[in-house]
Amino acid sequence: MPPAPFAGYGLGLRKPHYADFLETRVDVDFVEVISENFMVDGGKPRQVLRDVRARYPVALHGVSMSIGSADGLDGAYLQQLRALVDEIEPLFVSDHLCWTRIEGFNSHDLLPLPYTHEALDLVCANIDRAQDALGRAMLIENPSTYIDFAPADMTEWQFLDAMARRTGCGLLLDVNNVFVSAINHGFDAIEYLDGVPHDRVRQVHLAGHSQGKELLIDTHDQPVPVGVWDLYAYVLPRLGPVATMIERDDDIPPLGDLLAELAIARCIGDDTIRAAA
Amino acid sequence: MNLLAMQRDLRAWLDREDNHAASRLGATAAPGLRVYQNNYRAQLVACLDETFPHTRDWIGGEAFHAAIVAHIVRVPPSSWTLDAYPRDFPATLAALHPDDPEIAELAWIEQALGEAFVGGDASAIAADRVADVDWDTAVLHFTPTLDQADLTTNACALWAAMEAGDTPPAAELLPVPGAVLVWREGNVSRFRATGREELAALLLARAGTPFAGLCTALVDAYGDEAGVALAGTLLGRWLNDGLICGISER
Repeated sequence: MPPAPFAGYGLGLRKPHYADFLETRVDVDFVEVISENFMVDGGKPRQVLRDVRARYPVALHGVSMSIGSADGLDGAYLQQLRALVDEIEPLFVSDHLCWTRIEGFNSHDLLPLPYTHEALDLVCANIDRAQDALGRAMLIENPSTYIDFAPADMTEWQFLDAMARRTGCGLLLDVNNVFVSAINHGFDAIEYLDGVPHDRVRQVHLAGHSQGKELLIDTHDQPVPVGVWDLYAYVLPRLGPVATMIERDDDIPPLGDLLAELAIARCIGDDTIRAAA
Repeated sequence: MNLLAMQRDLRAWLDREDNHAASRLGATAAPGLRVYQNNYRAQLVACLDETFPHTRDWIGGEAFHAAIVAHIVRVPPSSWTLDAYPRDFPATLAALHPDDPEIAELAWIEQALGEAFVGGDASAIAADRVADVDWDTAVLHFTPTLDQADLTTNACALWAAMEAGDTPPAAELLPVPGAVLVWREGNVSRFRATGREELAALLLARAGTPFAGLCTALVDAYGDEAGVALAGTLLGRWLNDGLICGISER
């Protein structure tokens, strides 16, 4: 996979901030949208995306491809996503290492996979099909998980490594998800970040989480916590300059608050670039 | 356990709270399974809550929540898009409240307005473009967002009052059953109530019947003078509402 140009720092585009992005010049290098919100026939959402795309590079981030479905991918979904990709010409097209759908049932949640050779073969076959349908390489994001299917054939980072090398896909490294899953399943987040294939990471997500009754929950309703910033600062020198964004989906604060968080990411990123120079 | 069996078991837990299936997912899986089930239900509840605010206000939060619980059991989500999930909710409400038909009709209006909002784009033709049309061969083409349903109650008035923040009138049956049309004009979803005669004509026209054939059908139904007059009235109304996005010749 050839090195990609550094795409800078971005934010997830959410409804409360549409006017800010369309009426002012927001200090971001790109925005990321949830693909499915715009995989509609027409109307205002699609027009908003066209208008945003005219002003900013856009990354498409999906939640419903279900790359780990044992019964394969949904061809109609791929066609609609391809139409959106062709129109928007996105910076990245990503989805999650998970499954959401099986035999006509769609959970609308990012459900976990066992890290087995069987799952690896299936995920790779599905990624191959998706990349063929989309005409481009995808990025696959590590999920937050709440079930550990141990004993497995490999760790999550070994699975990501094998998957990326076999399919040519890139990785979207969600540092918050590493933090959440490490706490929930008791593995070492540093070992994960050392083990993930650094040369495949094309984008980084930063987000917050909440403490549930028994487990940490990937809620995206909090500022990025110190522990996640620490992991970002640890892994970034290993990745080199990589597109980084703040992902906030609930209890969405004023745009200025998110830009202040993004400034922290820029600061850590600039330090990394300076240290490497 | 192979991958397909695992995914069937997790589905059974989410969908039917099947404890046998859950136990096969591992002795330590229970806390995580509760998180996934909560996420699954919360997504569906939020989706229906967001789509049907006036229906919720009309029947009250408790009855609305009970309807959601019944709907999640009755209709597991099947589409990749949550936008599709509200489609069957009016049918669930109709089954739960057979003596209050305005509830399901109000819900239908709300979900149809939502669907129209993201329906296909099409420009309505201007009324002055019809001057040169050969009406003997003309076929009308309607905006892709147009949808219709039977209407037996004053659900349109209920929706309008609640949307305006006014106290809604009491529910009542219409003197004569009619229909409701929903479509999008520009970026705004619209609806209006109408009679069965317009609904029948609209269904004929949308099925590709040429305008001349539509006139013939209306003349057969209402007589020469009234039938021709009704055809002209409907055409004018459809043009004014922005429902017609093309006219071709057969």
